[in-house]
Amino acid sequence: MKARVHISYKNGVLDPQGRAIGQTLGNLGFAGVGEVRQGKLIEIELAETDAGAARQAVEAMCQRLLANTVIENYSIELVD
Amino acid sequence: MKTSVIVFPGSNCDRDVKVALEQSTGGPVDMVWHGDSELPAADLIVLPGGFSYGDYLRCGAMAAHSPVMREVVARAEDGVPVLGICNGFQMLVETGLVPGALLPNAGLKFVCRDVHLRVETSQSLFTNGYESGQVLRIPVAHHDGQYFADGDTLERLQDGGQIAFRYTAGETPGPANPNGSTDDIAGVYNDRKTVLGLMPHPERAADPQHGGNDGRALFDGLVTALS
Repeated sequence: MKARVHISYKNGVLDPQGRAIGQTLGNLGFAGVGEVRQGKLIEIELAETDAGAARQAVEAMCQRLLANTVIENYSIELVD
Repeated sequence: MKTSVIVFPGSNCDRDVKVALEQSTGGPVDMVWHGDSELPAADLIVLPGGFSYGDYLRCGAMAAHSPVMREVVARAEDGVPVLGICNGFQMLVETGLVPGALLPNAGLKFVCRDVHLRVETSQSLFTNGYESGQVLRIPVAHHDGQYFADGDTLERLQDGGQIAFRYTAGETPGPANPNGSTDDIAGVYNDRKTVLGLMPHPERAADPQHGGNDGRALFDGLVTALS
């Protein structure tokens, strides 16, 4: 089983890279681009076959290392 | 006075801070490799600047979970003073020993220059060598130094006197706040004021030949408080 962890800054946390990307998209002529937020995607292969247990393990990984919950949100997606 | 400097793969200010500590304490300084699970008895533990683990994932995130850091956190919780400079400050926020977080600089550039800092209070182990309100000139060198804390945390820091240093205007060119830090915060204490994290490098301004000596009183003050 594989887990995909999406990590992004919380609302209210300045994301200067996202802002720079948004400005450049505007410079390239893409109209109607609102706020851009840049995040991270981490893929983890897991030996665990039970979805519930896998989610619980990845949740603990996010809390302890993968995300800094002072500034970041995370979401976990399990893929077969 | 016994001091320990923790050395991580990618630390690059470990020797600088060792020299500054030797100069002020007059004693030997233990250099402790991050992979060691034993930490010698110390009156002060220093987490130096650098780019531990290549800043992978988030600055300081890997180092915060190094084997020796379990012991550093335990000692800090027992009241042993801990000083984290630059990358060391990033490790301190990642371990939760001091509140808040450090984000990439608002200008997205690495900033390497002198800044001016206001000492918010002289009432600490780390700042008793200064006057409250004194302005220091000390270098910064970082890409991820934008201090962030949410509104409740800021209020708590302010009420508890946990803001150690703020960036302030001076004669150096460029904005006073070099990285967009919330409330111009350059350094914070834990709630007992036994742990200090700061982005500027006092060890790089600890000898007149560095071009500035304003950082020396931080190390001298620690010796006064801890000897």
